[in-house]
Amino acid sequence: MTQLALVIDLNVCVGCHACVTSCKEWNTSGEAGFLADDNPYGRDPTGTFFNRVQTFEVGEFPDTQTVHFPKSCLHCEDPPCVPVCPTGASYKRPEDGIVLVDYDKCIGCKYCAWACPYGVRELDEHQKVMKKCTLCVDRITDTKLPEAERKPACVLACPTNARLYGDIHDEESIVSKAIREAAGYQLMPEWGTQPANHYLPRRAPAKPAAAASGTTNPLDIDGPMPQAAEARS
Amino acid sequence: MNPAFSVVLLTTLIGAGQGLFLAMFGIEAAAAASWIDAPAAGFYVCGSALSVLLLGGGLLASFFHLGHPERAWRAIAMWRASWLSREVIVLPAFIAAVAAYGLLHWLDCDATLLTGIAGALLCLLLFWCTGMIYACIKFLQEWASPLTLVNFTLLGSASGLMLAAALSELRGDAHAAVLAGWALGLTIAGFFTRGAALLRNDRLKPKSTLQSAIGINHPKVVQKAQGFMGGSFSTREFFHGRGPGTLRRVKWLFIAAAFVVPALLAASYLDGGGSGPLLAALLIQFGGLVAERWFFFAQANHPQNLYYQAVS
Repeated sequence: MTQLALVIDLNVCVGCHACVTSCKEWNTSGEAGFLADDNPYGRDPTGTFFNRVQTFEVGEFPDTQTVHFPKSCLHCEDPPCVPVCPTGASYKRPEDGIVLVDYDKCIGCKYCAWACPYGVRELDEHQKVMKKCTLCVDRITDTKLPEAERKPACVLACPTNARLYGDIHDEESIVSKAIREAAGYQLMPEWGTQPANHYLPRRAPAKPAAAASGTTNPLDIDGPMPQAAEARS
Repeated sequence: MNPAFSVVLLTTLIGAGQGLFLAMFGIEAAAAASWIDAPAAGFYVCGSALSVLLLGGGLLASFFHLGHPERAWRAIAMWRASWLSREVIVLPAFIAAVAAYGLLHWLDCDATLLTGIAGALLCLLLFWCTGMIYACIKFLQEWASPLTLVNFTLLGSASGLMLAAALSELRGDAHAAVLAGWALGLTIAGFFTRGAALLRNDRLKPKSTLQSAIGINHPKVVQKAQGFMGGSFSTREFFHGRGPGTLRRVKWLFIAAAFVVPALLAASYLDGGGSGPLLAALLIQFGGLVAERWFFFAQANHPQNLYYQAVS
């Protein structure tokens, strides 16, 4: 069974937001209608986005690392947002594992957003339906496009190739290899949602470089992901 | 969470409507068992009408929560999986049962007790569905507890019993004291179970941390940018924007207004204080329960908030 997903390499992401803007551009221009975009040049711009890039500082100054962290729907293998939907508008496609919203069935009750621990569903303030990353389903399945372009807009836009796309159930896919070889991990494993999207952990710079600069890299203590039981303490 | 007043009103209004129906059914069952004298049919007819009004008002309020209220009928589809879908089916069924119950009493039919049993079952099912909508979201740890179901049931029943007692008193029925006694008992029980939920929630340790949210296992992680300068759905829906002081004040307000004051007023009524204290208990308790429900939502700390800690 296929499970399409993104794998995001936190070593490579430079936080340029190209994935955010190309995602917005593609998904606001499709058949499903535009994505809310209010006061884009005003004091309080707001709108619906499927993808956000956040920035975190890890460590104690001056020994800090900046981590850019793109976040979109993780297309969980056990998505908690789907069974709570009263209308069946939220569903997981059996053929490729993409979690989608049928905008014509959505009543805008927001219950699915409450039931998502990752905060990746956003109600569109104009169409009054719940929206989220579709993995560019209208693009990756479009046979009129050349095969190389049948990828999510964010993946094609990334200038550093930090975003990989593929089937994580196929052992030989680029994403499965990346997860296996670079210890890809899932977000909030404590809830058992089994996100399909994985992240490749930040690695400390090579030892000679760290030794030469004389600094201690805070990511040196970066170990394997904490288990749910440990995460609590 | 940012409390939505439509949902606060929905859950408090239908709770009172459900409690009022349970009070009527309890009186009828006790009268059928010859424990008490049967009240005049007017008690059931007025009570059922009032209960239908409250339940209908709650249902109406719920429509204001929806982006597409004209599609609300679709919500009956996923009853196999979704507690919200189950509530959407059980609530109108219960309203129909209460309306039929009142109508049968009005027409002086025999089938009232049987209808009452069906209504009571639907009533308990509705408490279960409403409570489970919140209790089934495991990562909203403040809600994910059997206490959520217990409190929805006890607090709704207490306010409904208080309403039934006031109705009985105003109509001059003989059962006002029995009903007020039950309302007092349920209010005291609710005080303890809601108090237990407050104590439980004070001791909760969030399972998710910023470390598990972004998967970086370092004790010091600070958000520097959430990815946008203005607000988004994620910042509007899940943050109430009030300080801890407001939450503390609302907590003590509802402990006083939903439990302590109405219990004292109901006791004073039972002590021969006349209808004044009973009506005051009813109104103050309902206000207190609205505050209680607001607090219920505001206190729930959604793990998604970990991702929205700093604008830039």
